[in-house]
Amino acid sequence: MAKIEIKNLDVHYGDAHCLKGIDIEIQENKVTALIGPSGCGKTTFLRTLNRMNDISGADVKGEVILDGANIYDGLTDVISLRKRVGMVFQQPNPFPMSIFDNVAYGPKIHGIKDKTELSSIVEDSIKQAALWDDVGDRLNESALKLSGGQQQRLCIARTLAVNPEVVLFDEPCSALDPISTSKIEALIRELKKDYTIIIVTHNMQQAARISDFTAFFLMGVLIEFGETSKIFEKPECEKTEEYITGRFG
Amino acid sequence: MISAITTEKIVKCLLSVTALISVAILFIIVIHIFINGVGVLDLQFLSDSPRRFEEGGIFPQIVGTLLLVAVCMAFAAPIGVASATYLVEYAPDGLVTKSIRFFVDCIAGIPSIVIGLFGLAFLVYYLGLGTSLISGGLALSFMILPWTIRVSEEAIKTVPCSYREASYALGASKWQTIRNVVLKNATPGIITGILLGTGKAMGETAVVLLTAGSGLESFLPESVLDPVGSLPVYLYIMATQGHTSAAYNRAYGAALVLILIFLGISVLAVFLRDHYRR
Repeated sequence: MAKIEIKNLDVHYGDAHCLKGIDIEIQENKVTALIGPSGCGKTTFLRTLNRMNDISGADVKGEVILDGANIYDGLTDVISLRKRVGMVFQQPNPFPMSIFDNVAYGPKIHGIKDKTELSSIVEDSIKQAALWDDVGDRLNESALKLSGGQQQRLCIARTLAVNPEVVLFDEPCSALDPISTSKIEALIRELKKDYTIIIVTHNMQQAARISDFTAFFLMGVLIEFGETSKIFEKPECEKTEEYITGRFG
Repeated sequence: MISAITTEKIVKCLLSVTALISVAILFIIVIHIFINGVGVLDLQFLSDSPRRFEEGGIFPQIVGTLLLVAVCMAFAAPIGVASATYLVEYAPDGLVTKSIRFFVDCIAGIPSIVIGLFGLAFLVYYLGLGTSLISGGLALSFMILPWTIRVSEEAIKTVPCSYREASYALGASKWQTIRNVVLKNATPGIITGILLGTGKAMGETAVVLLTAGSGLESFLPESVLDPVGSLPVYLYIMATQGHTSAAYNRAYGAALVLILIFLGISVLAVFLRDHYRR
């Protein structure tokens, strides 16, 4: 079932035409990977899905329909949208607070004050992010003391704590070592049971390993979209094949 | 023909001498004041009120100075932080921010005696606040406001964008993000800057001379509308009206106390900054 339908999406940044007529359907409880060379618009695309592009002043035309409602129709409350569509960034960016406060930040700003409730949300989220064994006994320590991989899983826990439906990952492993990367990949595979996941990645093997669907972007255009196995084994477009086999990009 | 290596040596030598000169000037001033001022520094000088011209102590002036900077910062700090928050987070980049910054810089460039005159005309007479703690504190805050805006701006700008993004992505509103993430993380820098500004305001003479009091007050103000003595004005009166060595020594004593308080505040500022950084 389609969780998000994108219809004829165009994004401009000033004079730059970053995304051109994108049509795509994101399936619920699946992992969709966005691949393509740097500057192809995949991150811009990702950031249109939770309207993070608003902050940097992008001009968005077209429709992004989440569960039947266009998030760009002028009626959408950006705050509740971003609560439903969470995001994990390229660089782990925990707040310089304790581990507990990092995860509790989202629930708190959305009005949860009860200490027991907060504690159970924090614990559940950290467990979901497969980080409990690492930090369960030191939640009051600064999040900045954690390793890069742990910080990124903390950021995932922080995102899960506001109970989103969709989680966007923007190259979540590009700053991490291979062991941390494999932990995050395993985690993403686990998370798709409960969440719809969209991930931008530069790593072809990663896309092949964890995604169900793959979208290949080039110069702001969606070149090819389909099931990952098909994109990687029998791509229809020559450009796609050249890119995934490493002949350019 | 001098070789490059020799030139290098000469340049290095010259530069280190100039650096030494600037440090030496500081030391000469401090030592000079210390030698001349330490003689009058006793418990009576610190705890008594001025009696007649060359007797008694400077207790009301010490307290007065602290009260003046407290009133000054009670206005200048919140307004400075709020203005800086507006400039960095809300104001559209371009003409608006540029002109606000230009005017802020202009205030910073106004000689303090002119701000003092304005304080005298506007606060003391027009608003009828009289020569008082509130007039002096407010006039000081006009003078120090550009500083508090600037240091708060710098502190807010150093908060990484990734923190803001993380907060927005969790569904936080702009104000929630500013309050919980931006200002929280900028606080150490803001506090340090404001403390250093307090040091600057403390030594200001012209402004308080015209707005706060005559300098020889032998009493503590009972309300913000009472006149208040201050160390710089006391120092100025002693140095210009005394014409005796006893008066000069009292001026040096006041100067030494002023420097010691300034030093204390600076050390506190640096200590707090380092404490928060860890």
